[in-house]
Amino acid sequence: MKRYSKEHEWVELQGTEAVMGITAYAAAELGDITYVEVPALGKKVKVNDVLCVVESVKAASDVYAPVGGEVCAVNGNLDADPALVNQSSEDKGWFCRLTGVAQTEFDALMTADQYAAYTAGLK
Amino acid sequence: MSLIFELSVPGRRGTTLPGLDVPAADAIPAGLRRIKPAALPEVSELDAVRHFVNLSRLNIGVDTCFYPLGSCTMKYNPKFHERIAELPGFAGLHPLLPQLRRGGALTQGALAVLFEAEQFLAELLGFSAFTMQPLAGAHGELTGVMLIAAYHKKRGETRPVMLIPDAAHGTNPASAALAGFTTRTIPSDANGDVDLAALKAALGPEVAGLMLTCPNTLGLYDPNVREICRLVHEAGGLVYGDGANLNAIIGRVRPGDLGFDVMHVNLHKTFGTPHGGGGPGAAPVGVAKVLVPFLPTSRVLKRTDGSYALEYHFPDTIGYVAPFYGNFGIILRAYAYMLTLGAEGVRRVSAAAVLNANYVRAKLRDAFPAAYPRTCMHECVLTAQPLAEAHGVHALDVAKALLDRGFHAPTIYFPLIAPEAVMIEPTETESKQTMDAFIATMLEIAALAERDPEALHRAPEHQTVRRLDETRAARFPDLASLA
Repeated sequence: MKRYSKEHEWVELQGTEAVMGITAYAAAELGDITYVEVPALGKKVKVNDVLCVVESVKAASDVYAPVGGEVCAVNGNLDADPALVNQSSEDKGWFCRLTGVAQTEFDALMTADQYAAYTAGLK
Repeated sequence: MSLIFELSVPGRRGTTLPGLDVPAADAIPAGLRRIKPAALPEVSELDAVRHFVNLSRLNIGVDTCFYPLGSCTMKYNPKFHERIAELPGFAGLHPLLPQLRRGGALTQGALAVLFEAEQFLAELLGFSAFTMQPLAGAHGELTGVMLIAAYHKKRGETRPVMLIPDAAHGTNPASAALAGFTTRTIPSDANGDVDLAALKAALGPEVAGLMLTCPNTLGLYDPNVREICRLVHEAGGLVYGDGANLNAIIGRVRPGDLGFDVMHVNLHKTFGTPHGGGGPGAAPVGVAKVLVPFLPTSRVLKRTDGSYALEYHFPDTIGYVAPFYGNFGIILRAYAYMLTLGAEGVRRVSAAAVLNANYVRAKLRDAFPAAYPRTCMHECVLTAQPLAEAHGVHALDVAKALLDRGFHAPTIYFPLIAPEAVMIEPTETESKQTMDAFIATMLEIAALAERDPEALHRAPEHQTVRRLDETRAARFPDLASLA
């Protein structure tokens, strides 16, 4: 089950480990993505800290941590092929994995239905 | 078009050099001589002339077509001011001369230009003094935020945060970060103005100041600008003004009177000096009285006998921010521009710039509605959202189609808070006929989007290059195709 942030990140929790990326909506809004700066392994973040930077043909944008934790893996394929984020934003285009994630922070995020309603309201 | 290296034929020459009149062995010591011949193109004079003339014909500029690049103020650069800048007394001046002993006496004219240009700007913008040194807009921003940092440091205060509205140019947070600040974003409200409640919530003892563009990048004049300045001052901060959009208000309202403490002025925008490929730019920074002690050195002062001199001794100065006195040739052209127009002419600049932008906005209202439907200032931010939703034709497609139709494209996808943004700044130097031709073309493109959207996805079809692979261009830029 995925949850979604207002800043357009998705996060999927397995136990206390989470995988995250940006949503298909965010990828479409950004346009063709040219570069993703993933965090260093071991970086510790709190909710809403800057976690990654994503550059597209339109803009460079900060990506915020939807939940707190410690970075334990990053998607090494994005360096050679950042277009993965456009093609498969919520699967192959994942950004990083975090450990030590609190269930309560995950539960505070939006469900898929809530997020769909949220983005519909942005138009 | 070929590179000149691809035209090369071994042995072909454009010039015949005279024979050596000294022994070859003595001319250059053996150890300093080239081992392999230089890899220069071997072409005739005619080959070289045709190559560079044809290259120049690919150049797009204000001198070739309407160039409504929003936020950039691509107004006409008067040729008369180029002639002033070419006068040998200015063009031949050595920049070190005024720093040499008694050199000041030989450079009084140039120092007078710097001094009087500063006086004119101070009067026009309502500031106490200017530094003429910064070399372009973002350099002016950096200088300005460094002055704010120096001000707080002198007062013994630690204020590490700079507030920046989400409509700001991307250079604002970059300049603040380079000066050592962390930045905090202030959202815009539903009208496109600074969200006052969010600003109040963000202000505090850690805030050094706010960087505000007036009018903002949506081309809108924030009616709360005085109140915004007051709130920032009340919290102990200073207000930085981004002067990128000064063309909208020049001669009409003075930023210093509104409450701005420091502001850069893009001479290459508002004051009609060349920019883009024709640069360089110049961005003098004006300051309120409280920031004068921190201005960069040197400064040009007028002595009691009426002569001008460079002065270096200001204990609180942030130091040099540029070699010598800034881009003197550009300051000189801007000085000529101010003298040409005079106070009344400058007022007519802003009036015509605002009128022209509103003319374009109103004429395009049905096909390209304004992102925020209200009277704009010197530029209008329209949206291609209706075309995108109905026909899958995006702002990028419209921009590319304009290239095929003889216009430079407007700014697109900026500011980011406006979806499918198309930002048009006609400037005051364009005629109604030119704007009408542009408007007719925009409407033709909108009609084509309905009939044949694929034709717009294919654009441009008649340029030197077609649609570029922007991802690849950003990832693997090929800046010198000489492999």
